[in-house]
Amino acid sequence: MDGIHDLGGMHGFGPVVREQNEPPFHAPWEATMVAIQHAVGGRGQNLLNIDEFRHGIERMGNAEYLSTTYYEHWLDGVTRVLLEKGVLSAAELAQRTDFFVERPDAPAGAALSGPPPAVRRPVQRFMPGTEREPAGPPRFRVGDAVVTHNMHPIGHTRLPRYARGKRGIIHRCHGTHVFPDTNAHGQGEQPQPLYSVQFEAGELFGPAAEPHQLVYLDLWEPYLDRE
Amino acid sequence: MERGPGGEATSKNHPNVDQYVASRVRALESLLLEKGILPPDLVDRVVRQYAEDTGPLVGARAVARAWANPEYKRLLLEQPKAALAEFGLDYGDLRVVENTPAVHNMVVCTLCSCYPWAVMGLPPTWYKQPAYRSRAVIEPRAVLREFGVELPPEREVRVWDSSAELRYMVLPLRPAGSERLSEAQLVPLVSRDSLIGVAEIAMPAAVPAG
Repeated sequence: MDGIHDLGGMHGFGPVVREQNEPPFHAPWEATMVAIQHAVGGRGQNLLNIDEFRHGIERMGNAEYLSTTYYEHWLDGVTRVLLEKGVLSAAELAQRTDFFVERPDAPAGAALSGPPPAVRRPVQRFMPGTEREPAGPPRFRVGDAVVTHNMHPIGHTRLPRYARGKRGIIHRCHGTHVFPDTNAHGQGEQPQPLYSVQFEAGELFGPAAEPHQLVYLDLWEPYLDRE
Repeated sequence: MERGPGGEATSKNHPNVDQYVASRVRALESLLLEKGILPPDLVDRVVRQYAEDTGPLVGARAVARAWANPEYKRLLLEQPKAALAEFGLDYGDLRVVENTPAVHNMVVCTLCSCYPWAVMGLPPTWYKQPAYRSRAVIEPRAVLREFGVELPPEREVRVWDSSAELRYMVLPLRPAGSERLSEAQLVPLVSRDSLIGVAEIAMPAAVPAG
C-alpha cells in the first residue's frame, strides 16, 4: 500500500537527529513490547507472521504513524492483528487497559486470578528463516537487465514507490523466499525467487540524484520483468 | 473521538500519553500471560539480552577478525553464516558489504526499520526515523556529511535498502595506522555507526600502536 511507511526518497523530514548516549530502551514498556512481539510472532507462538505484523503497522494511519514512536508502531501493529485474528477481543483489551490506567504501578500479574498457564512453545532467539525449496529454476540470472512493475497494490508489498517502473540489473540471486505480498494477507507463503537488484541513482531519482551512486534492493521475481 | 484498531479510545483522550501507552502495553502483557502466550520470564530476558549485554557486539568482533585475518574476511564476505558461527551465532540472514578506497556502502530500510539485531544489537532511534529512512536513498552523501563523513566525489556510494529478510552489515575500511594492533585491540575501534555505513573509523590518539 502507498502509505507513509514507504518513506524512501521523500523530502521534508529535516536533518537526521542523533541522540548522544542513547539508552537501549527509553521506558520499561518498550522492552515489554519487544518481548510481546517476540512471543506472538515467528519466534514464539506464531500468531502473526512478520508480514502481517508489518502490514498491521502500515495501516495505523499516516498522521498517527508520523506522530508516534517506533515501539508505539509495534504496539499498534501487534494489537491490530491480534484483534483481527480474534486472539484478543476489543472488550477485554479495553477493560484490561482501564484496569492499568487506574493502577499505573500494578504489575501485569495483578489482573490475573492465578498463576499464568505454561506457554506451549519456547521463544526462539531468532526469527525462523524465510528461504524455501525452489519450485523451479529462477527466471533471471546475474547480469540480466530487468524493469520493476509500476504497481500500486492496496495491500502489502516490499517494492518501494521510488523503485517502481525502474530499470535495474540482477546483482545476485538469493534463492527462493516467502513472498510478503501474499503472506501478509493469509494467502500463504507462495515462495518466489528473490534477487538483489542494482539501480543507478539517476534511474531512480533523475537529475536530483547524487553522482556515482547505486541503490540495491532485494526484490521478489513477481515484481520484475525482463527489460 | 479517536479510536484504535479495536474501537477503543486511544491515547488522544489521555493527558499523559506515555502513561497511557505504558498501561496499554501492560494490559497486553497481562492478557497474553493469562492466555499462555507470553512466557512470564521473557520481558526480563529481553532486558538482559539487549539492555545489559553491553560487551562488544558480534558485528564488531567479526570486523576486527576480518581485518586481522584475510581468510576470515573472505569467509565473512562469502559465507557469513559460517563466519558468524565462529562467535557462537547460528544466523544465516546476514550479508556483509565491503568498503574499499573506491566504494562506500551504507545500509537503510526505507519501508520499516530492518536491522541486523542479532549482530549489531538494537538499532539507534535515528535509524528508525523518517529523516534517515527517506534521505539515505536519494541523498546519501548529504546524510553522510551530517554524520561528519565527507566522501570524495569519485568514491562510489552503494546504498543497501533492506527490503527482504536479509540483513546488511558494512565491513568498514581498516583505519590507517592500525597495522600493528591485534584483533582484540581492533574490536573497540569498530563503532556501530561504521557497521551501518554512516561513519568511517580513525585511529584514536590514545590507542598505543603495537
